[in-house]
Amino acid sequence: MTDMQTRTATWYDVVLATLKSNNVRLVVYVPDKVLTPLIKALHADNFFTTFPCTREEEAIGIVAGAWMGGMRAAVLMQTSGFATLPNALASLVVPSQIPAIMFVSERGTLGEFNLGQAMVYKTMRPALDALGIEHHTITRQDELAFIVDRSIKQAVATQAPVAFILSPLLTGGKVFEA
Amino acid sequence: MATTGTGAVGAHNAKVMNRFDLTKRLVARLKHEEAVIGGIGNANFDLWMSGQRPQNYYMLGSMGLTIPIGLGVAIAQPQRHVVALEGDGSLLMQLGCLSTVAMQAPKNLTMVVWDNGIYQITGGQPTASASVADLVAIARGSGIANAAWADDEDDFDRLFTAALEKGGPSLIAARIDDKPGTGTTDRDPVQIRARFMQGLGVGRK
Repeated sequence: MTDMQTRTATWYDVVLATLKSNNVRLVVYVPDKVLTPLIKALHADNFFTTFPCTREEEAIGIVAGAWMGGMRAAVLMQTSGFATLPNALASLVVPSQIPAIMFVSERGTLGEFNLGQAMVYKTMRPALDALGIEHHTITRQDELAFIVDRSIKQAVATQAPVAFILSPLLTGGKVFEA
Repeated sequence: MATTGTGAVGAHNAKVMNRFDLTKRLVARLKHEEAVIGGIGNANFDLWMSGQRPQNYYMLGSMGLTIPIGLGVAIAQPQRHVVALEGDGSLLMQLGCLSTVAMQAPKNLTMVVWDNGIYQITGGQPTASASVADLVAIARGSGIANAAWADDEDDFDRLFTAALEKGGPSLIAARIDDKPGTGTTDRDPVQIRARFMQGLGVGRK
């Protein structure tokens, strides 16, 4: 039996496998503690080109360019990083109909300890809704592959961006060590 | 302090040139369906007026993302050379992209910076490059070893030809005058994106 069979699949195993099965070869990110195991797994898999960017807008530009060049691409970020994106989404991705795939590690709720994170968290869904961007909050691993797989296919077919908000209920989140 | 409209504190010996003239020189050297990303504003407008190649992409917003978009195209199509045309104000907005490019080191990416030392479209306010910031030094410090000021038009031609032939990533900066763009682009982002993808040979997936 392989290592994958002997241990229980994790949320990041599922995300990686779903990206791969949908031929999403480029994954760029601004680092996040909760996303670290996914980032490590992506770096360890030669299927993926993956690297950090200095900020999330830059990552969106790279993903847009890659799509126009024929390569599917995704961005990983945390909630505060998403808050820097509305202009890049409103002036590039949405009006150009580019299926940017976004994964947002959800901070600011369910045990947040940083007031700034708790505040910026409140802007995320209103911004996504205002821009008309499809988004899904994923709380359960048994729904993860279905939501991500179907939504990537929809994003590509309809040429529209999509955001996956990875809840602490799925990832465990970042724990405040009091 | 340098005056506005001349640009490029770090290149006092470089000639002040004209963006449209240099854009036409650049486009004339493209022989292999190279992709060109035109940054928002006058970089875009002069690219548009130089002739609407199917491999040109015209950014209508997202100031600062010219080089990131170029990097994305370069990664997706490693056999095609990609040229990103950016202004000084736009580059200053997203300097981190230079170090990202340096880390990835795509051989097929050339960055061109038009430095007039002003935010031209917004009213001519001076940029930092007019007085204190040397964009080529910033690029080198970010890890783009192949970064240079163009001394004059002939030097620009030489640098650009070398960038295409020898591979990059490379950055060429040019001091330019304060002449406005020579026209304006169409404003349909879907059409611009679709034409560009067709120009790059990318069909619907």
